[in-house]
Amino acid sequence: MKKTLFGMLAATSTILTPIAAMAETEVQFWHAFTGRLGELVKAQVEDFNASQSDFVVVESHKGNYSETLNAGIAAFRANEQPHILMVFEVGTATMMAAGGAIKPVHEVMAESGAKFDPNAYIGAVKGYYTSTEGQMLSLPFNASTPVLWVNRDAMTAAGVDPDTDLSTWQNVGATLDKLKAGGEECPLVTAWQSWVHLENFSAYHDVPFATKDNGFAGLDTELSLNGEAQVAHLTAMGQWAKDGKFIYTGRRNEGGANFRAGDCALFTESSAGYAGISSEAKFDFDVRPLPYWEGVGNAPQNTIIGGASLWVMSGHEAEEYKGAGEFLSFLSSSDVQAAWHQNTGYLPITSEAGDATRAAGFYEANPGTEVAVIQMTAKEPTANSKGLRLGSFDQIRGIIDEELEAIWAGDKTAQAAMDSAKERGDALLRRFESANR
Amino acid sequence: MEKRVTFRGWLLPLLLIAPQVIISGIFFFYPAGQAIWQSLFIPDPFGLSSRYVGLENFEFLFSDKFYRATFGTTAVFSILVTLFSMIPALFLAVIADRLIKGSGVYRTMLIWPYAVAPAVAGVLWLFMFNTRVGVVSWYLGTLGYDWNHVLNGGEAMGLVAVASAWGRISYNFLFFYAALQSVPRSVIEAAAIDGAHFWRRFFTIVLPLLSPTTFFLLVVNIVYSFFETFGVIHTITSGGPQQSTTILVYKVFSDGFVGQDLGSSSAQSVILLIVVGLLTVIQFKFIEKRVHY
Repeated sequence: MKKTLFGMLAATSTILTPIAAMAETEVQFWHAFTGRLGELVKAQVEDFNASQSDFVVVESHKGNYSETLNAGIAAFRANEQPHILMVFEVGTATMMAAGGAIKPVHEVMAESGAKFDPNAYIGAVKGYYTSTEGQMLSLPFNASTPVLWVNRDAMTAAGVDPDTDLSTWQNVGATLDKLKAGGEECPLVTAWQSWVHLENFSAYHDVPFATKDNGFAGLDTELSLNGEAQVAHLTAMGQWAKDGKFIYTGRRNEGGANFRAGDCALFTESSAGYAGISSEAKFDFDVRPLPYWEGVGNAPQNTIIGGASLWVMSGHEAEEYKGAGEFLSFLSSSDVQAAWHQNTGYLPITSEAGDATRAAGFYEANPGTEVAVIQMTAKEPTANSKGLRLGSFDQIRGIIDEELEAIWAGDKTAQAAMDSAKERGDALLRRFESANR
Repeated sequence: MEKRVTFRGWLLPLLLIAPQVIISGIFFFYPAGQAIWQSLFIPDPFGLSSRYVGLENFEFLFSDKFYRATFGTTAVFSILVTLFSMIPALFLAVIADRLIKGSGVYRTMLIWPYAVAPAVAGVLWLFMFNTRVGVVSWYLGTLGYDWNHVLNGGEAMGLVAVASAWGRISYNFLFFYAALQSVPRSVIEAAAIDGAHFWRRFFTIVLPLLSPTTFFLLVVNIVYSFFETFGVIHTITSGGPQQSTTILVYKVFSDGFVGQDLGSSSAQSVILLIVVGLLTVIQFKFIEKRVHY
């Protein structure tokens, strides 16, 4: 029944294709983008298809990040998997552990003979998706990193100099006091609290988020997010929440609406928030590097990325892999990357694309867009700042969110909440280890 | 003495029950069997390997105090949803039943919310209570009450319960309204002549006569609050803040489809199946005895 249905669909789509693509090999690409981002992806695919005649990439939208990953998994189980699947960064460990379901990108590229230079990619971006031996497993696609957004008008209104140095949390703390005293009702708001205030916080201060090099060196990793540095930061944040200086709006990027509407003075959010903020904000804003605690760890180290990468799935023909390789190579090319970086606020994945953007004068014309690039690439990543590779990480983030809410509500101390997050997270890590033995 | 109508032969009766049996088999027995089978394994997400672990999934669940707490949350939630959806429905039905003119219009309007999908209802309520732009939260703010279901677990629970109950009021209203219509006028008139005022008539005559309907709705609403409220919770709170709105079925989803832990997720569905089965048995065994047909 299912097979016939697919057969019928396939037959229909063949009939409907204007020029029967007899010689062309089809490559399926499943992604998670809608709206403006979806259009940009579609344009990239069309450009690739127009640029050569051997392969046709067919893109389809499969829902949000989690839904796309689930669709890929379900399809694999039914033996209907696409060639290329977009997986968000927290799904990385799940994909890596599924050795039989994926075909590492370095292998695909080597076999396809497409142009591929692993050293062209920015270390901090690439690091997240390479094996401990340095082999690239999936191709970074959209990568962003958290920065501090400043509403200059709100600062002025509260009687604070908008050019105040906000590079450290010490300075931010003092500024929050002044903002509050100046009548600002929402001095600080954040998006993606676990990503910004724990995952990136740890990398930025060069302290471990989890043992075994944040999970890179083995499945027997344990969380270490209840370390001194993290607890000190969350204690400060908890106090700010209690004093009404930090306003909690939700687990995702709900705070973005508050900031874009001009309700909040400071906002910690992804650099990819640029598109939305620049188009909606009716106030003067700044992009600043993410603050760090002066004197804690080796801060500022580098921040890590969020976003997604493209995984090639196993079980297809060599000819189709050749097409997949060509497409991935096309996506990495300097022009495509530079355009993507400038249109979306996502980071360029190759240094060449960054240089091309700078040469084109984009950074001067759009101040602040370079902050994220500098913040990520200023230092060579360490074992603590290469990224995170934890199984069941999407769910562990959920646990972290719950425990953080306990801190913001004043129900738990930062130490108690993080101890509990570690205990609960470790139980899931053991489950994951057990499932992937 | 029961009157029985029997079929001659087997073919026709088998044919007649076949659709129901086939549908139950495909959509209930097969998946339920799969869930029971899978709950004994820890598989990897891609189905590449699967390790038999016996009852380890269940041990893991019951040793987790957060999972055990979910039972309490579910109980509170389903009691709230049942009360919030049945009491207003009964009240509205009684009022609508007394209408002489225009009852058709009221009836139609009251049934409307039932057509709203749970996820959409969730978004509607979220919009009203949004901490930044919500109409209701704004009014509460002017009254000096700082509404914040994003951090306050009690408020979050209240909000998801009301949002889940809202569409359900229509459904319950329909049943109560139909039941009220079938209460014999003569009994009520006799009581009225004896001098019983409206509310006394309601509590001593009407309510007992409604008990079969009330019982039916009780069962149906509890099952509803266990399973079909997923959309509301997913759109409004995603189980938060902390775990204050994580009910059993939401945890099945988040472990299975967010955590990709299919072994634990299957074990939870099995537990859920047992819980609902037990509840239904208890209801039929103890409460039904007090119901007058």
